[in-house]
Amino acid sequence: MRVLVANRGEIAVRVVRACHAAGFAAVAVHSDADADATWVRMADDSRHIGKSPAPKSYLDGSALLSAAQDSGCDLVHPGYGFLSESAEFARSVEQAGLGFVGPPASAIALMGDKASARRAAREADVPVVPGSGPVADVAEAREAAAEIGYPLLVKASSGGGGRGIRPVRDDDELAEVLPAAQAEARNAFGDGTTYLEKALERTRHVEVQVLADSAGRAIHLFERDCSVQRRRQKLLEEAPAPDLPERTREIVCAASVRLAEHVGYRGAGTVEFLVDPAGDPHFIEMNTRVQVEHPITEMITGVDLVAEQLRVATGQPLSLAQQDVALRGAAVELRINAEDPDNAFAPSPGDVTTFDLPGGPGVRVDTGLVRGARISPFYDSLIAKLVCWGADRAQAFARARQALDEFTVEGLASTVALQRQLTANAQLLRGPVHTRWLEQELG
Amino acid sequence: MYKATSQLPGVFYRRPAPDQEPFVEEGSVVQDGQTLGLVEVMKTFNEVRAERPGRVSRILLAEGEEVEPGQELFEVEDG
Repeated sequence: MRVLVANRGEIAVRVVRACHAAGFAAVAVHSDADADATWVRMADDSRHIGKSPAPKSYLDGSALLSAAQDSGCDLVHPGYGFLSESAEFARSVEQAGLGFVGPPASAIALMGDKASARRAAREADVPVVPGSGPVADVAEAREAAAEIGYPLLVKASSGGGGRGIRPVRDDDELAEVLPAAQAEARNAFGDGTTYLEKALERTRHVEVQVLADSAGRAIHLFERDCSVQRRRQKLLEEAPAPDLPERTREIVCAASVRLAEHVGYRGAGTVEFLVDPAGDPHFIEMNTRVQVEHPITEMITGVDLVAEQLRVATGQPLSLAQQDVALRGAAVELRINAEDPDNAFAPSPGDVTTFDLPGGPGVRVDTGLVRGARISPFYDSLIAKLVCWGADRAQAFARARQALDEFTVEGLASTVALQRQLTANAQLLRGPVHTRWLEQELG
Repeated sequence: MYKATSQLPGVFYRRPAPDQEPFVEEGSVVQDGQTLGLVEVMKTFNEVRAERPGRVSRILLAEGEEVEPGQELFEVEDG
């Protein structure tokens, strides 16, 4: 088997490793800026796919498909971001007779549209946030709002990752915001469809990892808590979710398996919920790809999720059944981004002059960088993921603090120092926080 | 005459969204502080603004091209 690794950065390195572990050959792709990158050197072969700006390389589906065909690949692994959730790209790979390492294009399309995802969730008896169907105009929106109750969010059907969401507190605000939101959605996502959703306060972000085989049978690998966010960008994630009521865990895990099976899912996916202070979960969306924070699930279950993705893509069964999935200890992931927390998280491209990575028991670093590398301005700011496992949550965090003390990045601003503060934060260590906590903490 | 530059490296965009009109064309009259274009740096968008009122005489880079630190993007005649 030969796999095109249609991505860059740490996830490209991760997928090349998984290919080699499975005995598969890996073909890397790169833009102008990434010609000397780690994943290119690790792979068995590589293809140049275009200029540095992502639309001219990593977002160019036809360039990626040509690279796959030209290099004799059987499979295309899309990683996360870029074209990983493009039903059109998945379909083009399928139509070229290659295997897409992910769900069928139909499942990507179904889950990629928020309104159809909510509908599918309700059909699968998955609890959803109270909300409306698509609303055409202000009159229709007000009618729906009266039923759901304020505060509300106006959401773009095609939005995602925190984009295309506007809060409203009353009828007047709704009348003001709705037309603007529809216009913005049309411009940003090429689809002006918007709907209303109840704004839940002080919620936790809890997501469930699922795996489904090619026959559509799904299992779950427990949950992650990703409540530590800034502007809806996750900074620190934990597995399992600390102090999650057992009743809630059972509901979200079972509901996620039902949803995956209902939509004919295949491979690795994540079902995201908001959990309110009463412990009631509400479905928000499904990510139809491997998740940035997948390593913490690997640490607590011992399951190699990318290896399972490759197994399913080659028609093999999953290597394990639900009863084989056991939860052991606790893990935390700290995202190290090239951003300056002291300057409103401004992006900080530049040359990495020092890059000393930590080690020791339970410590894992996923990165696509080496010392001397240039962090280019063309892609996202994630430069490394520090993942620490402990026999319990306290040990995982203690190891994280120790590892962060060993972690030295010089040449550009990074989130290392912020992560040192976070992993020592008394409130966070005491227990669960809600999704607005970090923004309040940062002031 | 002055040249509007970007101190950050990134990708140059002339319009607020792919299906919208450019912020300015050659010949456009601009006000002090008016947005001329965008430079995308690690998925964040930074505005390139007019330093003084004037008229855009030349646009020095095409949509979607790479921007080097300090690169000149617009030539503006003082008005």
